[in-house]
Amino acid sequence: MQNLRTFLIGIYFGIVLIKSEVVSWFRIQKMFRFEEAHMYLIITSAIVVGALSVFLIKKLQVKTVGGENIQIKEKKFQKGVIIGGILFGLGWAITGACPGPIYAQIGSGEFLAVLTFVGAFAGAYLYAYLHPRLPH
Amino acid sequence: MDLLAQPWPWYISGPLIGLTVPLLLLVSGKTFGLSSSFRHLASICSPNTKLSYLKENAWRKESWNLVMVAGIVIGGWIGMRFLSHHSFPLLPAEYATAQGMIKLFLGGVLVGFGTRYADGCTSGHTLMGISNLKWASLVATVCFFIGGLLITALAQIIPF
Repeated sequence: MQNLRTFLIGIYFGIVLIKSEVVSWFRIQKMFRFEEAHMYLIITSAIVVGALSVFLIKKLQVKTVGGENIQIKEKKFQKGVIIGGILFGLGWAITGACPGPIYAQIGSGEFLAVLTFVGAFAGAYLYAYLHPRLPH
Repeated sequence: MDLLAQPWPWYISGPLIGLTVPLLLLVSGKTFGLSSSFRHLASICSPNTKLSYLKENAWRKESWNLVMVAGIVIGGWIGMRFLSHHSFPLLPAEYATAQGMIKLFLGGVLVGFGTRYADGCTSGHTLMGISNLKWASLVATVCFFIGGLLITALAQIIPF
């Protein structure tokens, strides 16, 4: 049941990614060239809604629909946040896709995105291989 | 129906994207983040690995992540096939050349490596992490943009 619900949320997210066009390389380019406010407005309004929801969930100690306590995994700072963050930014601009959109691009029939996916998969391996030697 | 088939304006699609954060927390009890799917897939594909990053990964516990990305693939299909008048290109035509394909692959490597090193992407850091008021996620997001702006500016000077 839980998996079905998560799957449906995935479908929802995939639809919104396509219909907002944030999965389009052209939109990403216009964002990084400051030619269009579309992406900036989407990201900002998404964060506002997300932050407000998280605030309310914490404040009201809301439980999941299954009655469980909600625990949010915390992101911690380490050097990789900066170095990895910049490297990801380069890849985002080149491919026009961050991780979620890669899957939406493939699903939409943009099959060249399979190359982005294979690259990202290889990138995860590269990280796993270099992990013990990288500064964190 | 016609309005639905148009691109959705930012004031609709932005909040709908943001709603994924509470939806996932309330319905599935999960912290939003999608780039870990690459790690899980790598762990699944190499069960006998010696690499600790893949070996010490409890991907079975995190399998919801793969279920969600499978949903995103289907959602991408529905959004393009049934909720748009015409399918529109998401990548430039140049990427269908050998050089373009190499570029996509290498860009993908940067996406996979970078998000794993930064421990998150636009979903885990920019949406979930900032919504949870984490400094690390704000720093990460600023760095995503530094990288993106840098290469975009560079590509305008030296086309590659």
